[in-house]
Amino acid sequence: MSAPLDLTRVPPLGEPRPQPIHAAQETTLPNGLRVVVVPRPGVPLVELRLRVPFAASGAADAEVHTARGAVLSGALLLGTEAHDQTGIAELMQSHGAELSVSSDPDRLLFATTLLPGGLRPVLDVLGELLTSATYPDDPVDGERSRVAERIAIARSQPGVIARSALAARRYVDHPYAIQLPDPELVAAVEPAALRDLHRDRVLPRGSSLVLVGDLDPEAAAAAVAGALADWEGSGQAVEPPLATERSLSGIELVDRPGAVQSNLRLGGPAPRRTDPDLAAVRLANMVFGGYFSSRLVENIRERRGYTYSPHSSVDHQAAASSFLVEADVATEVTGPALLETWYELGRMALTAVTEAELDAARRYVLGSMALSTATHAGLASTLSALAGAGLGVDWLAEHQRALAAVTVDEVLAAAARYLAAPALTAVIVGDAEKVADPLRRLAPVEVTGNPQA
Amino acid sequence: VRCSAGLPGGDRSHSAVSVGSVTAAGAELTLRHPVERFTLDNGLRVVLAPDRSVPVVAVSVFYDVGMRNEPEGRTGFAHLFEHMMFQGSAHVPKMEHARLVQAAGGTFNGSTHQDYTNYYEALPAEALERALFLEADRMAAPAITEENLRNQIDVVKEEIRVNVLNRPYGAFPWLQLPQIAFESFANTHDGYGSFVDLESSTVDDATDFFSRYYAPGNAVLCIGGDLDVAETERLVRRWFGPVEARGVPPVPPTGEPSPTRVRSGVVEDALAPAPALALGWRVPDPVTEFDSYLGTVLLAEVLSEGDASRLERRLIHDDRIAIAQSSYVGLFGDPFDVRDATLLTTQVHHPAAVPAERVTAAVHEEIARIAGDGVAAEELRRVQARTEAQLLRQADSVLGRTLGFAAAELIHGRAELAGELAARLASVTPEQVQAAAGALDPGTVAVLELRAAGGPR
Repeated sequence: MSAPLDLTRVPPLGEPRPQPIHAAQETTLPNGLRVVVVPRPGVPLVELRLRVPFAASGAADAEVHTARGAVLSGALLLGTEAHDQTGIAELMQSHGAELSVSSDPDRLLFATTLLPGGLRPVLDVLGELLTSATYPDDPVDGERSRVAERIAIARSQPGVIARSALAARRYVDHPYAIQLPDPELVAAVEPAALRDLHRDRVLPRGSSLVLVGDLDPEAAAAAVAGALADWEGSGQAVEPPLATERSLSGIELVDRPGAVQSNLRLGGPAPRRTDPDLAAVRLANMVFGGYFSSRLVENIRERRGYTYSPHSSVDHQAAASSFLVEADVATEVTGPALLETWYELGRMALTAVTEAELDAARRYVLGSMALSTATHAGLASTLSALAGAGLGVDWLAEHQRALAAVTVDEVLAAAARYLAAPALTAVIVGDAEKVADPLRRLAPVEVTGNPQA
Repeated sequence: VRCSAGLPGGDRSHSAVSVGSVTAAGAELTLRHPVERFTLDNGLRVVLAPDRSVPVVAVSVFYDVGMRNEPEGRTGFAHLFEHMMFQGSAHVPKMEHARLVQAAGGTFNGSTHQDYTNYYEALPAEALERALFLEADRMAAPAITEENLRNQIDVVKEEIRVNVLNRPYGAFPWLQLPQIAFESFANTHDGYGSFVDLESSTVDDATDFFSRYYAPGNAVLCIGGDLDVAETERLVRRWFGPVEARGVPPVPPTGEPSPTRVRSGVVEDALAPAPALALGWRVPDPVTEFDSYLGTVLLAEVLSEGDASRLERRLIHDDRIAIAQSSYVGLFGDPFDVRDATLLTTQVHHPAAVPAERVTAAVHEEIARIAGDGVAAEELRRVQARTEAQLLRQADSVLGRTLGFAAAELIHGRAELAGELAARLASVTPEQVQAAAGALDPGTVAVLELRAAGGPR
């Protein structure tokens, strides 16, 4: 039914309208906490993000630290010297807030939305949690059991199995090798250990607080200074050790008997946020598999119907950046799907993309950056991640300029280094009885058991 | 299409509002912008919701056909057809819809719901006319070919494997609970579709479905964000005006008699390491009994929103018989985008050592406590403040706000309702919540147990 695209029928784009400029006010409290405040028009809400670097200091304590961190992030809310858990939740809720605390290998993140009139009271509760969380024995016991159960549920998800296996294969004995803690170590976490961990590691120096939305910058900064002045502690919040990754050839096949799909995962290093190669690699990623208009989606989804959700991305952690490829494919086409994925990676690494492909990717990346920072919540999360990397709001404009200048040759050079299949570690989760043989026709295969089972 | 294509199982989202000034929780809530609307000669209803604070525009088309409209033997067809709408159209080759949106710096998707199917783009404001061209072109003539249909049947089967068959708790409880809670085919069948039905779908089926349900008179076009009303009306008339008018099917009644007894069922999950439980109660008609329905919506929040909620305290912290709990109204968690019949669902994951009956009894007890003693005004005021913040958060995104206006226009006939929700919820009284709890009769509940049959693998 459809003829070739007649561009004369397609309405041209109008003149771009100016993007809003975010005026960030930055201060550092005497206790070392970095504070970033951004007033923004929009709905009458404020978004809060407090990022506390919270990494394992090295391979030796990574297992135990990860287990304790998983319990601490929930147990922090179980009580303070002044309030029990319900009291804390009620105080937050009356200002439209609900504080979440989450941990990953890099940091603790405290996050909530709130009604503007509640800024000082919510900051006061936050200060109370930071300075006087009690980790009461009996509630901690309950939290510990729930965390262990939730980990068991998470580990039954094929996507989690695949992510964990890829991380372990790439990072070996760096803390990043551990995606989820061992439930037995979780069950052994004692309240006293949590109190020690909080005292030693939940520290203002090195941490950053971001507030975005309907606020007055001076008044907000004063409220933060007043509410969090008592948060003290010696030393600096802990960043992870620099990650080096192992690059193993061949495929690790994690056996999941009876699986009706295989989870393909490829991963390797990518440039850091401050690396001049980043813009070119992000654009190479888009052309390859980073959005719907990409080569990978056209090939293994829209032409061959192997998969619903092929995707590639560039991901930044504090101590490493990654180029990642993922696709969940029908068991019977596991070999062909990997072959096509490698073929598209090879095309990227060996032959130039077209100017049209590059321009489309560039406009999409610039447009999606604008969309993702066009809400209080989106801007707050972006600024919090940048603050964690020691960067400010200016990085957004600098990166946009870098994206605008990337050439076809630079994309090829970036792909040759970062998207070439030998640079990527391969893990597949699937039914080994059905997929091992076809995969062996492509590369050596090492079959492993599901460590989570 | 990727990432939603529609079936956000268990995902909780609220409709959008646009609120100008809030002096304090529950105080004066006013619409920032009036909603403009007009109807084209071909019957297309058009809603414009301008807001020029960020240079972003959202374009959405809602067709009044969803999973509940599927005929017997064609389960999953509404969703399969949604995929077909991305396969190109009269003047747009395959893949070019995505390229034209994304190369303009925009994002797009579509999703299939119980009572409607939507398509949308969020773009830089200068790309507005391009999005109108794309939506009008596929409203007039999508590329329904044998090759595209076979390809998308394969893609949808992989979507079902990702979200249902290859994972623990896949589509729990939205696929299985309605089978127990309701009687009619419309309300009970699998909206993702059986592989048998999907594979036997033909081009003729798709053409008939398009002809019947995708008439301009059966759709709402809603545009929000950085737009000039007069100029946008001119562009809408230019691109959508020529789309040929067709007959519009009547909205089929999906309501059914309320249950009079307990119904229960068990699903075995070979991949799940721990059991789960879903309880569903029939609730008032979301459209014709809106006031009492609002009481039910807030009851769900009182029961399960946050650490201070009734079921979080009872099940998780006091009795320690559950790992996680949530309660929500509407099959996918949006109470304001569904027609009758619908449920309040309480969903609980619990340890294997805790019998399901113990969890059920505790839930019934907590609801009976509200039905008997009511809720304190202070408790309800806190819950209302939290609900208001969540509605505002949704409305901060141009796309979220636009989808909320569109759903309100389609389901309730009034886009403005989306802007009034915060105020309407803020005026709900403790008596309304108490009455809503009284209607959750333990004698008419639908109970679905998920048994963990395989453990981790």
